[in-house]
Amino acid sequence: MKIVVPLNQVPDLVEDLEIADSGKELDFEVLKMKLNEFDDHALEEALQIKESSGGEVTAVAVDGPEVDKVLFTALAKGADKAVKITGANPHADNHTQARVLAGAVGQLGADLVLVGVQSAGDRDGQLGPLLAAYLNWPGVCVVSGLKPEGGKLTFHKEYAGGLMAEFEVDLPAVMGVQAARATPRYAPVSKVRQVQTTAKIESLAAAAAGDVPAASVEKMEPPVKGAGAKMLKSAADIIQVLKEKGVV
Amino acid sequence: MFERTMARRPKEKRADFVEKDNVIIHGVDISGHWNRMHSPREITSYDLSHLEQVTAVPGAESMGWCYQCAKCIGVCPVDNVGNYGPRKLFRLLQTGYDLINSPELWECTTCANCLRVCPKQVDMIKIMPALRAKAVMDGTAPNELQDMFKNASEYGNPMGESPRKRFRWTKDLPEDVAVKDLSKTPEEVDVLWFVGDYYAFHARGNDAAKAMARVFNRLGVNFGTLGNEEWTDGDSQRLAGEPGLFEMMAEHNIEQFSKQTFGKIVTSGPHALNALKNEYPRLGGQYNVEHYTQFLNHHLADLKKLLKNPFPHKVTFHDPCYLGRHNGEYDAPRALLGAVPGLKLNEMYRCKEQGYCCGGGGGGMWLDGFMADHVNMRLSENRVREAVSTGAEVLAVCCPYEVSRFEDAVKSSGNEGKLRVMDIIEILDQSMGG
Repeated sequence: MKIVVPLNQVPDLVEDLEIADSGKELDFEVLKMKLNEFDDHALEEALQIKESSGGEVTAVAVDGPEVDKVLFTALAKGADKAVKITGANPHADNHTQARVLAGAVGQLGADLVLVGVQSAGDRDGQLGPLLAAYLNWPGVCVVSGLKPEGGKLTFHKEYAGGLMAEFEVDLPAVMGVQAARATPRYAPVSKVRQVQTTAKIESLAAAAAGDVPAASVEKMEPPVKGAGAKMLKSAADIIQVLKEKGVV
Repeated sequence: MFERTMARRPKEKRADFVEKDNVIIHGVDISGHWNRMHSPREITSYDLSHLEQVTAVPGAESMGWCYQCAKCIGVCPVDNVGNYGPRKLFRLLQTGYDLINSPELWECTTCANCLRVCPKQVDMIKIMPALRAKAVMDGTAPNELQDMFKNASEYGNPMGESPRKRFRWTKDLPEDVAVKDLSKTPEEVDVLWFVGDYYAFHARGNDAAKAMARVFNRLGVNFGTLGNEEWTDGDSQRLAGEPGLFEMMAEHNIEQFSKQTFGKIVTSGPHALNALKNEYPRLGGQYNVEHYTQFLNHHLADLKKLLKNPFPHKVTFHDPCYLGRHNGEYDAPRALLGAVPGLKLNEMYRCKEQGYCCGGGGGGMWLDGFMADHVNMRLSENRVREAVSTGAEVLAVCCPYEVSRFEDAVKSSGNEGKLRVMDIIEILDQSMGG
């Protein structure tokens, strides 16, 4: 079974977010990027499927800063192939990304595409559904516990109130992975370095995304800081404040 | 050193035997335990493959040299609060135990007290990192340790803090306490101070870092730091089984050092001292490096003139494993404490060469959650109890891991209010006027 896992980088929130001069997007020049946490789970689930039922895992990412590091790390973790999509915007919205990925998946061929259920960098968590729609495949999101059987895949989906349902879907399909069955593995630096010298990242030119319906950002700004809270030390302080406000 | 291999006894063929319920020979009933003396000793029926697998790992050969004298068990800090020690590990291996996939692989703090007493030189300091590296490659290291590795590889520090905030601790220092950021404005200095992660990022470490900045300034030391360009020294990562990550950290620091002109490197921490002095040379980084207690001890005469305020407290001192046993320095911290007016030093029983371990070495700093399932109290709690028993009011330390470790242990061992934990540099700074 061929599993394709698109990997997307999002701003690392360990740094303060900075807005570009245009006032309409983040300043990607200065931001530190990291792999979307949910994509890491999608990759882990793909590797777990491969290890338990066999298959081939291909990690795919749109070319951009540090993309080689992300792809070599995926190879070090156990992915069989890494593909870099060139000529596309790595920070594009989900609609555009889904178009680009649909083109890539079409060329690579896949039985299953696993995406992270959402990403800190998007606004709608719709990459999975959009990709499924463009591929004309079934797509289900917020899933876990994926098990392939024959040409089908069973999986779990969580509902409000802690309800869990088991589903079955015909392959090929796109799944939005909520959480892998195990903590995403760590790729030892020794292994990543070894992979860098032995493995190759393949390149694939992005197909034209065409006209994609997308929302456009009018304005982006940091939240306005409030006046702040005053820490009260005793009940007497509280009474004092209530008196000042004319409550008592 | 001898090359030794585990000689394996040839499998003996068991003698044929007749099984009887009762046997009376010459009128003596010898029934029961019918085969006790008539079959080969049990040892030959053990599966030695795990032991052989361990001794085949480069660096872990000496595991096979153990002859079970058990001197290590008496001094092992982990056995003191659990059931551990090289002798026990060897015996487990001998009985077919899969050490590489066991929790025991992560319990050793590489404190080196066993090696100090071992007549066979079974070297856990080499064995543990070598075996752990295998486990890390196989992906079986405890999750909390993998998180730390991820942080260090991503951010250059084990806490996962923004590398751009490493120099931020200097922000609220007054103008007369200057700390140079040589990565921004290089200039020749006498001392390149390797600040370290805990001094730079931990709140209590910040206190010690500021104290160090004040002491250096008062002493008139011409010093600077690597600012945000300093990365973790990598020693704990190496000892916890990630040699590639250690190399990545070391290569970065070596490159940063190569851009600067300095007389010597002074480290806040014993782990940085150990890495820079003993491990960086094989990667091409040769430096004149000292721990801060050693550096200040060389300026003791000048320092003494500045130690004006008495510190009228009973103090006990915890020897860091990586300053003491690993790098042979026991006198410098004591000389500094001895120079503080009014300070009375009460030694703990387990001090100097036989000092107890705080539990933070060899990756232990990031394994407290994991260790809780394998020990009956934290090593740091055990140590705090000993410190309290000396009647000390202050536990003095000089390893950046230890202030937070011991302050937690003071609280969790029910000794809050009885014992203060202070870095030696904080005591010196206070005596100089704070």
